[in-house]
Amino acid sequence: MAGSNGAGKNGFKVIGKPFHKVDAKVKCTGELKFADDLVLPRMLHTKLLRSSVPHARIVKIDVSKAEAYPGVKAVLLGKDLPTSFGALPVSEDEHALAIDRVRMVGDPVAAIAAVDEDVATEALDLIEVEYEALRTITSIPDAYENPEPRIHEYGEVGNIHRRQVYEFGNVEKGFAEADFVREDITFYEGSTHLALEQHASLAQFSHDGKLTLWTSTQDMHYLHRHLAKVLGLPASHIRVIATPNGGGFGGKCDPFNHEIVVSKLAMITRRPVKICLTREEVFYAHRGRHPVLMSTKTGFKKDGSITAMHHRTILDGGAYGGHGVASTFYTGILQTTTHNVPHYKFEAVRVFTNKAPCGPKRGHGTPQPRWAQEIQLDKIATQLGLDPAEMRKQHVIPPNSITANWIRIGTLALTECIDKVVKGSGWKDKFRKLPYGKGVGIACSAYMTGTQTPIYFNKLPHSGVQLKLDRSGGVCVYCGSVEIGQGSDSILAYIVAEVLGIDPFDIKVVTADTDITPVDLGSYSSRVTLMTGNAAIQAAERAREMLRQAASEKLAVPGSRLSFADRRVFDTENPEKGMSFVDAVWLAEEKFGTLGTTGSYKPPVSPGKFKGSTIGPSPAFTCTAAVAEVDVNPETGIITVPKVWIAHDLGQAINPVLAVGQIEGCVYMGLGEALMEEMVYRGNRNMVHKFPSFLEYKSPTTMEMCDVVTYLVESPEPNGPFGAKEAGQGPQLPVPPAITNAVYDAVGVRIDEIPMTPDKVLKAIRAKAKGLEGRYGPTVFPTCAMPESIVVRTPFEGGDGKATEREPALSKK
Amino acid sequence: MKQVQKRSKTKLEKAHISLRVNGEEVEVAFAPHKTLLEVLREDMGLTGTKHGCELGECGCCAVLVDGRPVLSCLALGVAVEGHDVTTIEGMAEGAELHPLQQTFAELGAAQCGYCTPGILLTARALIEKVPRPSRDEIKEALAGNICRCTGYIKILEAVELAAARMAGEPAEPAKESIYGWE
Repeated sequence: MAGSNGAGKNGFKVIGKPFHKVDAKVKCTGELKFADDLVLPRMLHTKLLRSSVPHARIVKIDVSKAEAYPGVKAVLLGKDLPTSFGALPVSEDEHALAIDRVRMVGDPVAAIAAVDEDVATEALDLIEVEYEALRTITSIPDAYENPEPRIHEYGEVGNIHRRQVYEFGNVEKGFAEADFVREDITFYEGSTHLALEQHASLAQFSHDGKLTLWTSTQDMHYLHRHLAKVLGLPASHIRVIATPNGGGFGGKCDPFNHEIVVSKLAMITRRPVKICLTREEVFYAHRGRHPVLMSTKTGFKKDGSITAMHHRTILDGGAYGGHGVASTFYTGILQTTTHNVPHYKFEAVRVFTNKAPCGPKRGHGTPQPRWAQEIQLDKIATQLGLDPAEMRKQHVIPPNSITANWIRIGTLALTECIDKVVKGSGWKDKFRKLPYGKGVGIACSAYMTGTQTPIYFNKLPHSGVQLKLDRSGGVCVYCGSVEIGQGSDSILAYIVAEVLGIDPFDIKVVTADTDITPVDLGSYSSRVTLMTGNAAIQAAERAREMLRQAASEKLAVPGSRLSFADRRVFDTENPEKGMSFVDAVWLAEEKFGTLGTTGSYKPPVSPGKFKGSTIGPSPAFTCTAAVAEVDVNPETGIITVPKVWIAHDLGQAINPVLAVGQIEGCVYMGLGEALMEEMVYRGNRNMVHKFPSFLEYKSPTTMEMCDVVTYLVESPEPNGPFGAKEAGQGPQLPVPPAITNAVYDAVGVRIDEIPMTPDKVLKAIRAKAKGLEGRYGPTVFPTCAMPESIVVRTPFEGGDGKATEREPALSKK
Repeated sequence: MKQVQKRSKTKLEKAHISLRVNGEEVEVAFAPHKTLLEVLREDMGLTGTKHGCELGECGCCAVLVDGRPVLSCLALGVAVEGHDVTTIEGMAEGAELHPLQQTFAELGAAQCGYCTPGILLTARALIEKVPRPSRDEIKEALAGNICRCTGYIKILEAVELAAARMAGEPAEPAKESIYGWE
């Protein structure tokens, strides 16, 4: 990739320019087809019968009346799909339809394929299910106190799914060196993605034995593997086409039961079968933000530098594993990526409860601990009498650091980000100076640009791109990436156009089809721009080299002197001398035969060598700083946020207007989580969701959304395509803590629980008025027996990245 | 022996109505309990109209009936007999995009594009009523349209920009909207 990376802004023809997205117009005219817009002749419709009880054994299911109902073509039960599956290989604990046991309200127990949705819905009522209730596990304390009945037979013990303890360095030593130590217990409630498009899938099984599934999935490749396994078909006989997602945010990453069910029903009926979940069903499909209870104990010196951190988390995982094991790691492993933490201990527990399963939502597991850390830093600054912006700036980790937990950070312009928001917001004139009820708060964060490790172990590329050029001058780029609204299709066009010197709209982009496009792992972990971008650069540079050779011969100009720009190939020293891009392709096809190139990308290996060290490392880290301004009404407790200033280091904007759009979207989602969004259940009413609807699950509308001042900070990253890093997730992280800190500046109370609904704010204000602690939040952090720490010496201690070997005699005790 | 049951709802005689859709007189027959949303999508193939809840809560399915925004998931198909319905498919004039569609493309105001049809039509109805709406008026008009991608900002900017252009002003997007602030 020589010559393409980190080249800086100058000379780019496409990169850094605000081109339209390649699909912008079809999205504005209704032409773009989402999964539920697809219709095939003879298509059947599927409805799922879902459990009405949270935890029970299935004693009996009688489907005879449903089967006999006119218009019903097939009825499917759990026994028809006995193979389990799940997003991660370590927790394949789901079945397409429940077998013997339901674990949450909404678990599917039977499926009906019928001639239309009405018939399918009517037939659901004819299925008789007899349940034998089991004790319901409702919460983290409930799961700790009740090891029986176990929701799953696997996992650590009782209803504890995962336990892990890591100690990097020696926290006790770090605490001993501190001037002060404080511990804060905080809680971040779960929330859901609420993508506008309800999950939908359409399956077709031909008599040639080939299955095609069109579905709104973010992770087509992983789904492909699960379908093969559960359906017992060779993967080569399955074609998955990921339709453009009407919003994802992590909610369409897991392989879903309904995707498997329609595939199986298509195999049985030999007719196309479609399903579209209702909004209520989407709430139960969930996989959103884990509720996380946290205890963060931090030692610090008078200058605000951190000497050690002991961070403990408990995740309420819901009924299934999903991505939860990864989420568990993410509630701690990025705490070291903004400010120097020389000694770090991280303990995490994930429990099973009889609720909708949690998983990856924008920021996957990191917004909760980042919020906890940033609101604690604000308390530390207050305790020390320091300006929290200045204090943060003093202790930012330098670029190219390796953290205590062996995460290598590349470029990181956090200081510049802090400067931008401090200056832009007028911080120095506002902090602790605004009238009662008004306040400002600041927070920072860092986030990864893709993970180093794929979800299942392999040494293959993470992303592949193929390029086809033909004598018409047409360029077609093929990639398995999935467009979820972030602009991934457009990024491919911009990058290939930049390398080949053509217009991005000359390029045809074909993505998200397992038959046609090379594997890309999917739209998750902010990996797409970096990984598909690097693969696209490689494929395009290989194509350019062929054109260069062919054009060089024809023009009798050394290849090294040829430039590619403005749809021409020309002599850099004599730009008049050249040919059109189309002619160059023609000549290359004459010289080499049919033209096609490939590119692939695999991330660099991290320096950590201990068990679990593969989660967290990334080819590149972004960082963000945000200042929020709030108005708090002390009479009602209502918080309004008029404005947020946010600066994000994204390496290099491939397209600035799309990057700004991603950051504004992050501010929006952070605002929603901070103030109102919560995924909560009625414990006394069968653990049904409290408000599984758009109306009652509160999310910000135009009326609640704040103004946003966005700064794009560019520190080109050698590992990124043209220096680019992510922009779609990281910028959400500092928003909730900046708002929480601003609330303290406004009314002098600490809200240690997200969302900061008016009742919580009022309780804290009233407590303060009574002379009590002006705080709302949890006070107890339950404990359970934990395994021994995996101890790893830090890079600062001269460690080698491996865990410290224990004496065999000790570990046997 | 299995008893074959009578089906009730779907046996009803189809409703048959005429109306104008995107400027064309059309006739359509459908099960009478169907919503306008279902009639448009399933019986007329106009899948540009989206749905996010089918309960009138998200705004995705907004279409214009006689120029006014209506949530098509809450209106019965039979209720639009003789009326004039505009869907997203009717917003561009041939190859000519509506100025709103143009500014939405320019500003990246359609990220995933799923809420976009409902928002474009609602915004169009606003501009036809209030040619140069203020930011607050736009916010209020679009308060019933949920968007989870954009944070609404690019949408609000795109509506303002289109309104200015429709009023004959040679408006361009603010530099900060495109490149961020210095």
